[in-house]
Amino acid sequence: MSEKILSRNFGVKDSHTLKVYRETGGYTALAQALGREPAAILDEVKKSNLRGLGGAGFPTGMKWSFIPKNHSGPVYLVINADEGEPGTFKDRYLLERDPHALIEGMIIAARAIKSALGFVYIRGEYVEPWRRFTAAVREAYDAGYLGQGFDIVVHRGAGAYICGEETGLISSLEGKKGWPKVKPPFPAIKGAFGQPTIVNNVETICCVPHIINRGAAWFAGLGSKTQGGTRMYSVSGRVTTPGVYEESCAITLRELIERAGGVSGSGRLKAVVPGGSSAPILAAHEIDVVMDVDGLRNAGTMAGSAGVIVFDDTVSIPEALMVVARFYAHESCGQCTPCRESTGWIYKMCHRIVEGKGRKDDLDTILDVAKRGAGTTICAFYDGAVGPYISYIEKFRGEFEALCQR
Amino acid sequence: MPKLTIDGKEIEVPAGTNLIEAARRLGIEIPHYCYHPGLSIAGQCRLCMVDIEKTPRPTIACNTPATDGMIVHTQTDRVKETRRSIMEFHLINHPLDCPVCDQAGECWLQIYYMQHGLYDPRMKDEKVHKPKAVPLGPHVMLDAERCILCSRCVRFCDEVTQTGELGIFNRGDHSEIGLFPGADLTNKYSGNVVDICPVGALTDRDFRFQVRVWYLDTTKSICPGCARGCNIDVHVNRRRPHHAEGRRVARVKPRFNEDVNRWWMCDEGRYGYGFVDAPTRLVLPVRNDAGETRELSWGGAIAAVVDALGRTPADQTAIIASPKLANEDLFAIKTLAEARGIRQVGFRVPPPEPGYEDDFLIRADKNPNTRGAELMGLDGKVDKILNEATAHRVRSLLVFEHDLFDTGWRESDVRSALEAVDTLIFVGPNGSRTSDRAHLALPASAWVERDGTFTSFEGRVQRFRPALGALGEAIPTWEIVGRILAATGAPVTATRAEHWFRALAAGVPAFAGLTYQSIGDTGAMTAGTAPQAPAEAKA
Ligand SMILES: Cc1cc2nc3c(=O)[nH]c(=O)nc-3n(C[C@H](O)[C@H](O)[C@H](O)COP(=O)(O)O)c2cc1C
Ligand code: SF4
Ligand code: SF4
Repeated sequence: MSEKILSRNFGVKDSHTLKVYRETGGYTALAQALGREPAAILDEVKKSNLRGLGGAGFPTGMKWSFIPKNHSGPVYLVINADEGEPGTFKDRYLLERDPHALIEGMIIAARAIKSALGFVYIRGEYVEPWRRFTAAVREAYDAGYLGQGFDIVVHRGAGAYICGEETGLISSLEGKKGWPKVKPPFPAIKGAFGQPTIVNNVETICCVPHIINRGAAWFAGLGSKTQGGTRMYSVSGRVTTPGVYEESCAITLRELIERAGGVSGSGRLKAVVPGGSSAPILAAHEIDVVMDVDGLRNAGTMAGSAGVIVFDDTVSIPEALMVVARFYAHESCGQCTPCRESTGWIYKMCHRIVEGKGRKDDLDTILDVAKRGAGTTICAFYDGAVGPYISYIEKFRGEFEALCQR
Repeated sequence: MPKLTIDGKEIEVPAGTNLIEAARRLGIEIPHYCYHPGLSIAGQCRLCMVDIEKTPRPTIACNTPATDGMIVHTQTDRVKETRRSIMEFHLINHPLDCPVCDQAGECWLQIYYMQHGLYDPRMKDEKVHKPKAVPLGPHVMLDAERCILCSRCVRFCDEVTQTGELGIFNRGDHSEIGLFPGADLTNKYSGNVVDICPVGALTDRDFRFQVRVWYLDTTKSICPGCARGCNIDVHVNRRRPHHAEGRRVARVKPRFNEDVNRWWMCDEGRYGYGFVDAPTRLVLPVRNDAGETRELSWGGAIAAVVDALGRTPADQTAIIASPKLANEDLFAIKTLAEARGIRQVGFRVPPPEPGYEDDFLIRADKNPNTRGAELMGLDGKVDKILNEATAHRVRSLLVFEHDLFDTGWRESDVRSALEAVDTLIFVGPNGSRTSDRAHLALPASAWVERDGTFTSFEGRVQRFRPALGALGEAIPTWEIVGRILAATGAPVTATRAEHWFRALAAGVPAFAGLTYQSIGDTGAMTAGTAPQAPAEAKA
């Protein structure tokens, strides 16, 4: 079991308060960071091998370095606390149990990217996390951590998955419909309100104070060769003790399932979704895979948001796909044609199959439609939907065919 | 200026030009729905994919600026397959109701399906149902099932009129175009959304179910609705006259002119052509004598005019010309006035109420040719003519087009003036209370029935052309005036509008050097006028 970094205070009473945060070493990284040049902070983060923990796994330091050097207007730091990926609930824990870690990380990150204003976009359904976080922001203002050249605006979403996609989030933050924006320009060049903007996940930014306190080398050493640190795995489904597990990025999926008490239900593993619903599914024999960004990519799936969903062998894959397909059909923002049209169409086909009205050629139609649409859309939502469409059918085709009698 | 290669052809384009426009210059059409050069980039339809060398996947052309050395392919197998897929996605939920859709024949779903689709349909499930035949405003009807959600209409209302009535509501395949609560599509440019809607989702309530588009003929023209002179196409129905209850002008569409109206026109101009086929049209020359109306031949009518002019001394003769007349008509009138020594000539009549104006296209002056009349020096005082008439000092009065009762003047003043003149001669396409009182009323052809030019407020001379034959015996005003001139013994050689234009160019310095050829399709500036900034979106 690796050392708990991000979740070290989760068991501590009143861990969400400034008092406890300070008692456990909180805001000491900030004091250090204030004595360092922005470039030095950025460099430290680069060397730490921190990669975005929201889904895309993009190297954080590199992202920060995309802010134009000669920009004279404001630069914004936006924290993605929308946490909409099915099977993911780690940011909720962080916001509820260690909100000051995010605030401290934000102030340091803002120094690195020379931002004076940060936004925290919190998923609408996250009422308690929002309360805790806003209370922490108030404490931080009172204590003078905020309001001294850096301010935080807390914004609540209205419960749309697409508002977790960074440019959809920016549109929503700007008061518009949460439609992802066509790229280029990328947010680091032209983001919120037309200004350079860095969007980072809650957990990503929570890592920053630790990197400053204990050094890039230490952080990099916690993880795999290409991804530093630990990360918070949300483990759900058929495991004995579902929950959030902080582990090294170098852990294997098999080990992780064991940490969560092993497979429950029938006790016999059928499949695992390793990185939130958008990650292609892994069959039971594929779980000796390292859970870092590259390990999962090499296994044909993705680390995504580290939402691990475990299926025992009583779970019907076609039914699971129908549920997932319904989610994507419901959540597609509807902006671009392939995604808008085919998520609904594929859901209808999946539904029909589960109802026993499937036709043999439906499976090939789903696969063909999914493959044709992949890579043609404005945002990665559709590619995320394609992950399950294709992998569920390709890996468990027999189960689907058994339902398609016609 | 970046130089790039598209389908093996090299081209240099201004920096910032996107690949759709760069390809267009080479005559290569990259199919697209959501892109419109007058609107922001949406990147939604995903149809304009092209292959760019060193780029792993097909890329949307609309959002890709040309860069130096870029090598673009628009016809790779991968691009063609992508287009086919995108076409299928666009059509799976479409109702395929072309037989009852007004857009059929000019629908980009039909066109692109034939060019880039041609797949075997695979959609066997129930389609998504959405509202149909929803009036959005006085001019526009929505069929949400036909909509491909390109958002052009939304962007038009957001960016061009900045009135923001429309939005896309709901998500996924339940997304639909609609009005924001409390809003109606009543902005003064609402008809443009029908033009830019690439499919049959937005149709024109004025045109719906009138006639199939393939029976229409198109003629380049100029809107006569105000001093802007928006370039238009007039669509007429000559081939199925029984389809629209005798209405010959089926619709008017804006015609692109970078310097005048770009892609747009206002609703008032678009729907203002009704007078052409109105029951008020004058179709025969007539004489009104003590309440008795007699039809005349043209020969008889001209002789009667010449007789009246011959009986009245020039200083007791006056002409009220009209800023709705073409330059050619006005110059013929000017020639007549000079030949007869008539010095009381004016054209400017106060409107019943001040015209609406905005900072986009619409001008307060609702006349298409005030500038032309001014440049020809026809700007005499019309109030004075009226007063002189009341005082019996104007005995013969020629009124062109105006209904003097529908002006800023008091009706009683107009009545006493007209009652006082011995001979009131009216020339115009439509009858009115003024023509009813005229001793001689002569039918002129409407602007869509003839050649001519207008001079816009900024001094741009623009041509319009005949789309229709004249109704009844109507002939162009320049011809009526020419016949009068000839009958008074003046040498008249002009037998076409163009001849009068040549005479104008020779006679009035502002028009010097202009010809129908140099005016072309986009107009030419009169001497001493500089084009003003092209019409931009409001604000
Ligand atoms: C459909 C979709 C939904 C997403 N939802 C979230 C989310 O809820 N939270 C999140 O942090 N990132 C989400 N992302 C990823 C963000 O776009 C973005 O990559 C991330 O916030 C960047 O932060 P990071 O670099 O710190 O990971 C989503 C991406 C997509 C395509
Ligand atoms: S891919 Fe889907 S969710 Fe993303 S912008 Fe397009 S329609 Fe919206
Ligand atoms: S109504 Fe027409 S213009 Fe508007 S979004 Fe639909 S297809 Fe596009």
